[in-house]
Amino acid sequence: MKNPPRWADWLLETFGHPDTREEVQGDLLELYDYWTETIGERKARWRYSLSVLKLMRPLATRKQSDDYSPPFFGSPSMIRNYLKIALRNLVKNKIYSFINIGGLAMGMTVAMLIGLWIYDELSFDKYFQNYDRIAKVMQNGTFNGEVFHGEYNPAPMGQELRTVYADDFSHVIMSSWTRDHILSYGDKKFTKTGNYLSADAPDMLTLKMLSGTRAGLKDPSSILLSESVAQALFGTSDPVGKLMKIDNKLDVKVTGVYEDFPYNTEFREMKFIAPWDLYVSSESWVKRAQDNVEWGNFSWQVLAQIAPNASFEAVSDKIKNIRLKHNPETAFIKPKVYLQPMSKWHLYSGWDKSGNLDGRIQYVWLFGIIGVFVLLLACINFMNLSTARSEKRAKEVGIRKAVGSVRSQLISQFFSESLLVVAFAFVLSIVLALLILPVFNEVADKQIGILWTNPIFWLCGIGFSLLTGLIAGSYPALYLSSFQAVKVLKGTFRVGRFASIPRQVLVVVQFTVSVTLIIGTIIVFRQIEHAKSRPVGYDRSGLITVAMNTPELHDHYNALRDDLLRTGAVVDMSTSSTPATDLNSQNSGFDWVGKDPNFKDNFGTIAVTHDFGKTVGWQFVQGRDFSRQFPSDSSGMVLNETAVRYMGIKDPVGKQIKWNDTPYRVVGVIKDMLMGSPFEPVYQTVYVLNYGWANVINIKLNTNRSTSESLARIEAVFRKFNPGSPFDYRFIDQQYALKFAAEERIGKLASVFAILAIFISSLGLFGLASFVAEQRTKEIGVRKVLGASVLNVWSMLSKDFVFLVLIGFGIATPIAYYFLHSWLQKYEYRTEMSWWIFAVSGLGALAVTLLTVSYQSIKAALINPVKSLRSE
Amino acid sequence: MKRAFLGEFEEVVLLTVAILDESAYGVTVTQEIEQKTGRAVGFSTVHTTLQRLEEKGFLSSRMGGATAERGGRRKRFFMVTAAGRKALSEVKQIREQLWDSLPPQTLQLMGG
Repeated sequence: MKNPPRWADWLLETFGHPDTREEVQGDLLELYDYWTETIGERKARWRYSLSVLKLMRPLATRKQSDDYSPPFFGSPSMIRNYLKIALRNLVKNKIYSFINIGGLAMGMTVAMLIGLWIYDELSFDKYFQNYDRIAKVMQNGTFNGEVFHGEYNPAPMGQELRTVYADDFSHVIMSSWTRDHILSYGDKKFTKTGNYLSADAPDMLTLKMLSGTRAGLKDPSSILLSESVAQALFGTSDPVGKLMKIDNKLDVKVTGVYEDFPYNTEFREMKFIAPWDLYVSSESWVKRAQDNVEWGNFSWQVLAQIAPNASFEAVSDKIKNIRLKHNPETAFIKPKVYLQPMSKWHLYSGWDKSGNLDGRIQYVWLFGIIGVFVLLLACINFMNLSTARSEKRAKEVGIRKAVGSVRSQLISQFFSESLLVVAFAFVLSIVLALLILPVFNEVADKQIGILWTNPIFWLCGIGFSLLTGLIAGSYPALYLSSFQAVKVLKGTFRVGRFASIPRQVLVVVQFTVSVTLIIGTIIVFRQIEHAKSRPVGYDRSGLITVAMNTPELHDHYNALRDDLLRTGAVVDMSTSSTPATDLNSQNSGFDWVGKDPNFKDNFGTIAVTHDFGKTVGWQFVQGRDFSRQFPSDSSGMVLNETAVRYMGIKDPVGKQIKWNDTPYRVVGVIKDMLMGSPFEPVYQTVYVLNYGWANVINIKLNTNRSTSESLARIEAVFRKFNPGSPFDYRFIDQQYALKFAAEERIGKLASVFAILAIFISSLGLFGLASFVAEQRTKEIGVRKVLGASVLNVWSMLSKDFVFLVLIGFGIATPIAYYFLHSWLQKYEYRTEMSWWIFAVSGLGALAVTLLTVSYQSIKAALINPVKSLRSE
Repeated sequence: MKRAFLGEFEEVVLLTVAILDESAYGVTVTQEIEQKTGRAVGFSTVHTTLQRLEEKGFLSSRMGGATAERGGRRKRFFMVTAAGRKALSEVKQIREQLWDSLPPQTLQLMGG
């Protein structure tokens, strides 16, 4: 009779919609009969099969009614419902919410601050419109096997680049160094930092002129002032056209006022710009260098903007032999002139000894990595807590499903919960960042603000929040929602034995990071302390320096000294070419008996006056100090111990040393005086008597008097001799402390991050411990009934966590050792990595863990078992 | 409630159900449409349309009438609901309004 295709029936049976299967099969059978009669069996079979195919799901599904949920985040009322329930959940579990939101917010704040810091570092100097084309003219060479780099250039360099290589450059700028100068207008006098620059510098630096023009610098007796200086000198009146003085001797006319350079530029200290030509005409030694085309005097800076079609590499290649051409005798150091693009000035300002680029970029990387890790720690907490709690919520899932929740609704529910937490954390982290920024800026020496208007900032923040929310919510959302209501509610449901393993791995990661950071911080600080406590070979206390920057001071030096000593506030006073904390002059051309003719010598050279030794308190190993009793001391020389070793001579006192063929006689050898970096070995240095080569006045205060009183008296004397200048002094011990500023900054930031990291990690542990204790309440009850003591329960609960922390410590130790070892290699004078640092860090982490976990486990252990066992 | 639109084929099916009155189910609707309009319609199309109309609330259904030729399976009978009747009369009204507003000369050109 009728036999429609079996396979079609089977298809319909399997893939048809269960709700309509019965009637559809009936209808089709009826129709098959009808079709066989009207169009024949073959066509009927064909139509039958075709209809079946078209009726299979999903081709013909019964759509769900509009009354019920749209699949995902559909209707606003449902979203409102999800959020309401999520909020109620958060309020109900206050500790959990606090840990989650607080921990995450903290991690996000740290990441945000670090992000802002990195952004600031990377956007350094981008203020200048010609950022991509500006470069410093530099040179490198190899001396005694070490590659050195210098940004010092001879005076004729600018002229040479401007004329011989005119096609390659748009601008070539000669520049003095940014130094203190005295600016005066009428009675107002200020010490301000500024530069002398070639006339087209304002164009190259695209100065934003507030009044006057960039062309103002073309007049050789002009000056351009920054807005802040103009304000200080002239207040609200218009400065343009006013006559003023630089260093009490140069008359200049203000021809323009420019907007202050932003803080994150190389030129932020350049508060005024005066014409290079003025500098040349006022300083005879500069004029001599420029007029006589002295290629051997490397005392200036040359900046350049390359032509639009040129590249830094190509131009560097063209100019590389300039120095060799003009100083052929320097061939042995293989000097090479090159351009360093502005984009490298800030982050790649240093070189290691083999000449590889180095500099702040490594801190950018370091902090970037720390930021990512701290954020990771916070996210791990968040994920750990949400998965831990989600097991507890299995029952909730069962009930929700039993009363009719669809899976998609549960997914939405869990996701909206985690997204809500992240959203709260994000808002909180912005508030926290706002509060912390002032302190952060101080520690990091920056002026950073939140980038309210920067789309990248918001994109990163919101993108990260979404990502965290989705990842953290994915476990409960996707896994828990798949539970079958019957199983969960019947109580046969068990979370697998291995469900807690990912969580444990994450805890280990957290502690690895935390312990590494702690070890790192301790070693950074040890290194700073180590260098700080290094003997310096002179007495820093009560030692101040004053710049000897006016002709008046030079002319009346002896009278000034007599008057100062008479005040009683000063124990001794002298001048020198550099303060005791600086060694910025080196020379070669020394010769002594027994010197290998191939030995390429180089000495630090300091000019001092008779009383220098008594002022700074240097200590003699051999011989004596310079003395006025011996007129021949004018060609005397004092060596430091390193210099004696460097020269390889025994009993140097009385021996003759020639410097550029001028004979000197060694009168004494001092203990090494640390004038350079406290992390480097002391440089071989010679001290000679020279009253004309003085740049600073050194004053030893009478420590029996109050410093402020002494300073007031000294100031009065200076006012008398140097009426045109403000009295600016520097304490040597403060200057010395500045040498550690970079390291201390890094150390402080790193320690803050380390503390935060361990805090966030223990916050997570606290949450996990409370969860575990809660989960095992019944077990603890049973154990107690059977006779377990509080100590037993405590050790049972703490054991697992201690184990995880120990693993973390085990992983952290070699990692920390590796990184810190290579960090310490940077310093010649470095601390040891003692084993106790690692031990202390491990014990510290362990103590924090025990403290955190103990609270919860003791709480759990003290619960009366009657309570925990009574329910159900 | 938002206005539910009635597609052309939906209108045909809805009308057919109304015509068949008490005896409208998958088979009869398919056959009726084939005979009345002369167009060969697939059963699956009719089936899904009937379901869609039910979802839209224009039809209601009940199960019943198992016969031997169906292998003992029941039929799903469809009835036009009040909303369905309203939708039909609305469609008719709109059609009539449109025809009425047709200018006479156009009607002539069309051969009316």
